[in-house]
Amino acid sequence: MLLKVTDLAVYYPVYQGAVLKKKIAEVKAVDGVSFRIEEGKTLGLVGESGCGKTTTGRAVLRLEKPTAGEVLFSGEDISRCDNSQLRRLRRRMQIVFQDPMGSLDPRMTARDIIGEPLRIHGSTTNKGEYRDETDHLLEIVGLHPGMGERYPHEFSGGQRQRIGIARALSLRPHLIVCDEPVSALDVSIQAQIINLLEGLQERFHLTYLFIAHDLSVVRHISDHVAVMYLGNIVEIADRHTIYRRPLHPYTHALLSAVPIPDPVLESNREHLVIEGEVPGPLNPPSGCKFHPRCPRVEERCRTERPAMRGVSDGDHQVACHLVD
Amino acid sequence: MAGLLEVRNLSTHFSTKEGLIRAVEDVSFDLDAGETLGLVGESGCGKSVSAMSLMRLIPNPPGKIVNGEIVFEGRDLLKLGDEEIRHIRGNRMAMIFQEPMTSFNPVMTIGRQVAEPLEIHRNMTRNKAWTICADLLRRVRIPEAGKRLQSYPHQFSGGMRQRAMIAMALACTPRLIIADEPTTALDVTIQAQLLELMKQLTRDAGTALILITHNLGIVARYADRVNVMYAGRIVEKATVRALYADPRHPYTVGLMASIPRLDQDVKRKLRPIPGQPPDLLHPPSGCAFHPRCRNRIPVCEIHRPALEKASDGHEVACWNPVREAPPCC
Repeated sequence: MLLKVTDLAVYYPVYQGAVLKKKIAEVKAVDGVSFRIEEGKTLGLVGESGCGKTTTGRAVLRLEKPTAGEVLFSGEDISRCDNSQLRRLRRRMQIVFQDPMGSLDPRMTARDIIGEPLRIHGSTTNKGEYRDETDHLLEIVGLHPGMGERYPHEFSGGQRQRIGIARALSLRPHLIVCDEPVSALDVSIQAQIINLLEGLQERFHLTYLFIAHDLSVVRHISDHVAVMYLGNIVEIADRHTIYRRPLHPYTHALLSAVPIPDPVLESNREHLVIEGEVPGPLNPPSGCKFHPRCPRVEERCRTERPAMRGVSDGDHQVACHLVD
Repeated sequence: MAGLLEVRNLSTHFSTKEGLIRAVEDVSFDLDAGETLGLVGESGCGKSVSAMSLMRLIPNPPGKIVNGEIVFEGRDLLKLGDEEIRHIRGNRMAMIFQEPMTSFNPVMTIGRQVAEPLEIHRNMTRNKAWTICADLLRRVRIPEAGKRLQSYPHQFSGGMRQRAMIAMALACTPRLIIADEPTTALDVTIQAQLLELMKQLTRDAGTALILITHNLGIVARYADRVNVMYAGRIVEKATVRALYADPRHPYTVGLMASIPRLDQDVKRKLRPIPGQPPDLLHPPSGCAFHPRCRNRIPVCEIHRPALEKASDGHEVACWNPVREAPPCC
């Protein structure tokens, strides 16, 4: 098991007052999330805005300090590491961001962006080696080494995302957190980047935590899919089961909200449209957080928070009172 | 059924410092009353500029409709004066924009903005218009509609703002609504709610809808007919069923093979379209798609193919169209 996350929680304090700040509440962005990823596999984390998927990804890399819980990365607890341990571990875990324009320094050339991790971690010392290594990285992501001296604005969106991926690969990491890596791209370019990520995974035996809101992209690339709602994972299953036998009403609604590009299939498909909107995380609903929107809500859903539990085989887990 | 809208040879160009951009070039299509037409393509293909041209909302300069006819309810919109077009806009023809935060005035209440078309086009008093407004907000299922009329746009969530936008578009019971990526900025469950709502409301009122989107799934679920656009031109026109069962243009086929499908069980590689969308300042010669096309033959680089009939109600602009259903589908 490369990554094992247990009861991860990230709370943000809410203050009132300018001088005598008083903590008045907490936003529970991530509230008790557990999952594991095997080496070389992909876990997809899917959910709507504000569900805590990005915060979970950042907490895994300790870009956010977890309030509670454990993040075991090949056996070491990242949430309790000191700085030198963290620095060592960070070489092995990287992130690809959503917006390639916002995450690349506009004043650095592509080569310097890609090579920065090498310089920081001191893995290449002489100039020739640095050049060879960055050339190699550009090639790996499908860019011409001659483009290394260009600046981010001279590249298209898809090419910029390739630079972001090359930077993430530069230290030969084991785990890459991909935070919405294709959502800002055009459809035909999305496919190029998805294929690139898949190819790189095969070639370098990478492990991905793939965060996205687009369920069809997530299902395509992932081995397992975890569905999040308001800071909790409500269901985890392998990619086949999550589509064929979704158990949580929210998963069901999410799946049926995604239109399939096939008019015949669409006209015969059941469309479960759930009412209402995601409530604010400051005052989440009591009991099951999904209960105000749930079409199958029962009395105990309003008061009792359902726990995650395994169904059939241990691989499929769901947090819902209505599932036996 | 009589045609509601006939667009003939519409061309909209923009003059920029770098040169002329032919954002929409020689676009023709028809729309019947009550019909839903999908306009698909990637960013920069001209789908939004087409919509803005129909509404005569192209900023001039730099943009200009240089050619064509837009016959709506028997009148050519391009021949009408500004005063006449204002009677049509928001009244007979309304638009729903992608970003409901920027398309509402932040310092006016929702009620005033939704009521505005009624006051202008129906000469209603403010009180009368407000009563109707409350009713409209109820129809788009905004809870506590009466109270929410007093709210400002920032007090609404993204989904609620888009509901209010739909209410405003419906206010004067237009014959045509143009929705430009109406749900792209929203979460999927909200997206589904709004699209179902739009479908139901337009069907009830017999309103025609032009649905502009890059999402082939949304088109499959909600449109009757589709126009696929690339580099400012329509490259394929068909009924929804025909387009998905038997896509002919290599670009359409390429788009379909490059999107992951939710119902796809076997893990297969996507087949992306190679290369980048064209730079409209320097469009490729001949067929604009030829540098990325798998079906390219020598003539594609020299001459541009015209839209030709492939079968009933199915037209394609390609010298070497795809003949049979691709293996992926």
